[in-house]
Amino acid sequence: MKNTAILALGVGAAMFATAAYAGTVDDIKKRGELICGVTTGLAGFAAPNDKGEWAGFDVDICRAVAAGVLGDSSKVKFVPTTGKSRFPTLQSGEVDMLSRNTTWTFDRDVKLGFEFAGVNFYDGQGFMVRKDLGVKSALELDGATVCVATGSTTELNLGDYFRANNMKYVPVVFEKSDEIRAGYIAGRCDAYTTDRSGLAAQRSQMPNPDAHVVLPEVISKEPLGPLVRHGDNQWGDVVRWTLNVLVIAEEKGLTAANVESMKSSTGDPEVKRLLGLEGEYGARLGLPNDWALNIIKQVGNYGESYERNIGPNTPIGLARGVNGPWNKGGILYSPPFR
Amino acid sequence: MAVAEGGVKPGKASFLYDARIRAIIYQVVMAGAVVIFFAWLTMNTLDNLEARGIASGFEFLNHPAGFGVPFSLIEYSEASPYKTVFILGVLNTLFVSAVGVVLATLLGFTLGVMRLSRNYLISRIAAIYLETFRNIPLLLQILFWYIGVLQLMPQQRSSIIILENVYVNNRGIFYPALQAEPGFMAVPIAFLVGLVATIILRGWVKRRRDATGQGFPTIWVGLGLIFGLPILAALVTGLPWTWSIPRLQGFGFKGGSVIVPEFLALLLALTIYTAAFIGEIVRAGIQAVSHGQTEAAHALGIKPGTTLRLVIIPQAMRIIIPPLISQYLNLVKNSSLAPAIGYPEMTQVWAGTVLNQSGQALECIAMVMGTYCIISLSISGVMNWYNARVALVGR
Ligand SMILES: N[C@@H](CCC(=O)N[C@@H](CS)C(=O)NCC(=O)O)C(=O)O
Repeated sequence: MKNTAILALGVGAAMFATAAYAGTVDDIKKRGELICGVTTGLAGFAAPNDKGEWAGFDVDICRAVAAGVLGDSSKVKFVPTTGKSRFPTLQSGEVDMLSRNTTWTFDRDVKLGFEFAGVNFYDGQGFMVRKDLGVKSALELDGATVCVATGSTTELNLGDYFRANNMKYVPVVFEKSDEIRAGYIAGRCDAYTTDRSGLAAQRSQMPNPDAHVVLPEVISKEPLGPLVRHGDNQWGDVVRWTLNVLVIAEEKGLTAANVESMKSSTGDPEVKRLLGLEGEYGARLGLPNDWALNIIKQVGNYGESYERNIGPNTPIGLARGVNGPWNKGGILYSPPFR
Repeated sequence: MAVAEGGVKPGKASFLYDARIRAIIYQVVMAGAVVIFFAWLTMNTLDNLEARGIASGFEFLNHPAGFGVPFSLIEYSEASPYKTVFILGVLNTLFVSAVGVVLATLLGFTLGVMRLSRNYLISRIAAIYLETFRNIPLLLQILFWYIGVLQLMPQQRSSIIILENVYVNNRGIFYPALQAEPGFMAVPIAFLVGLVATIILRGWVKRRRDATGQGFPTIWVGLGLIFGLPILAALVTGLPWTWSIPRLQGFGFKGGSVIVPEFLALLLALTIYTAAFIGEIVRAGIQAVSHGQTEAAHALGIKPGTTLRLVIIPQAMRIIIPPLISQYLNLVKNSSLAPAIGYPEMTQVWAGTVLNQSGQALECIAMVMGTYCIISLSISGVMNWYNARVALVGR
């Protein structure tokens, strides 16, 4: 019902609004908080913690933006969105941005009128099954019933994969991660498919995580990242460079703990520009000059956020893999800060 | 109004003083304003979509959908275009609604009559049912049946066998499916012939009864025609079908047909919920028929059952039908709660999945709203026609 209301809102907004989209940064400053669309709950990526505060890898992107724009990473209002409601919610202007395991695709970038600010997690789609099924490969899934989220790239890849391999399947579609997990646990389906990061997150929430295996096949590319509406380039730049700041900070060894002392001791010109010691980089985005400093101080760098939320030492247990810095075997690579 | 013709001297007073002309002017202005408003709305919408770079138009209907659907009454694959998804969604809405309306009506009438029973136990049971299911939100009932009952059914390998070759488990109800062979068409044709014959028979019986007062066991003869003829046809053509039996194999049951839990949960909830309202409507309708009618019928020596059927119900129907229409409309519209459990009807597949995959929110929402509107208007049209037929003719 809520979703229908949001959809109606989106449609209504398109009908009555008089086009004026610039000035998101000013709106946020005036409002005193960032409104950020996240998932309805996906462990490690975006979920309320035991204090009832939203936490996670995707949530940190929202917090970093708030730290950069408002100087305070806690000034965020989180709006839970499902795979289905997320796009109308952003289009209607109900949220300033989305940060919720959303795959960057041509259609979403071009046809839906969005702008992806970058990629914060390089992922691919996989399958999870109960160990006792004895299935070792996704190619053995002919005839299986598969649980999948509606409105996702996942359900499209699923169709492509089974057709390409001449296999049959029965989809069972749900809207929220919780519902899919419950359906899978109850045995409504033989396999659960989504992004492999999502599978890891979901498995960590199951009564007996070890009873389930993620099959080796990766059937798609899922570059996940934050996105904003078309039409406000300044705002798009702010989100893009917030993400870049997190990546550069890791590359340069800047952490939440050491950034203040690095500020006074560094001789690296790029770090000086980044932390506002040289040039007016923040001002050009319409932000205070210590915006990047605030981001790193309050949220940490990309690697810190990764280790804290989804890294090998968390229940999600995702190895860095391709999501490491480019000079350490990964593909994270920020354009230079100059 | 009345003044207009005689009272106004031609040419003297302005035409603005003519009430009829004034009324026309008002309406033209009003209609103009509405047209301009909608024109502005449309232009503004298109401008805004354009400004945000959002695609619009109906060209997407021909693009391939790409996703699978768990339950379809028509041929569908991932390669089918979006427009096939739309038809699929509409049919699934109509299917669950049609079955729901029939079952809710049967259950509702039974409950309404039970509620008025002189047997304390029976009327109590009906009362408890009505009070319970009318007062629990429908969404909760849908989730209850889906999560609380159907998902808790046993795994496939330990299915409950309710009849030979009928298996119940957490994937649904699996049952043998009939597969037609040449000559099978004779059976449905015989069924139709039986149906038409029964309708004609009924007309004849009624005319004869009105003329002579003689009764006729229409129900029994009718049932004999409707079911006897097809059975006869089947025997004559040598049972022209085979059965496809569900068998456990690989990931689950192969062969036969299945009623999926998503459909079942929605159907159960819609039926049980709506039946409670229909029960109350029926009770009220029957109670509204003056008791004198019953007494008069009894005084004439008419049996209680016949009294109910020929005296009470026809009069009660006049009171029952208008609110009954609303209940049917509610049931259709309530089927749009399906996304909660993923039954692929119009709202779920079209206002949900396709809207999301194609990104064409405006077009999708407009199509869904338009279709609900057409379905609702059709139902009230048919029911109003029926109501006009049974309504008391003023004398
Ligand atoms: N990356 C895919 C799939 C994203 C997706 O659907 N993720 C699931 C969880 S892994 C989700 O967000 N579910 C909705 C929710 O519960 O919030 C996409 O962008 O379409």
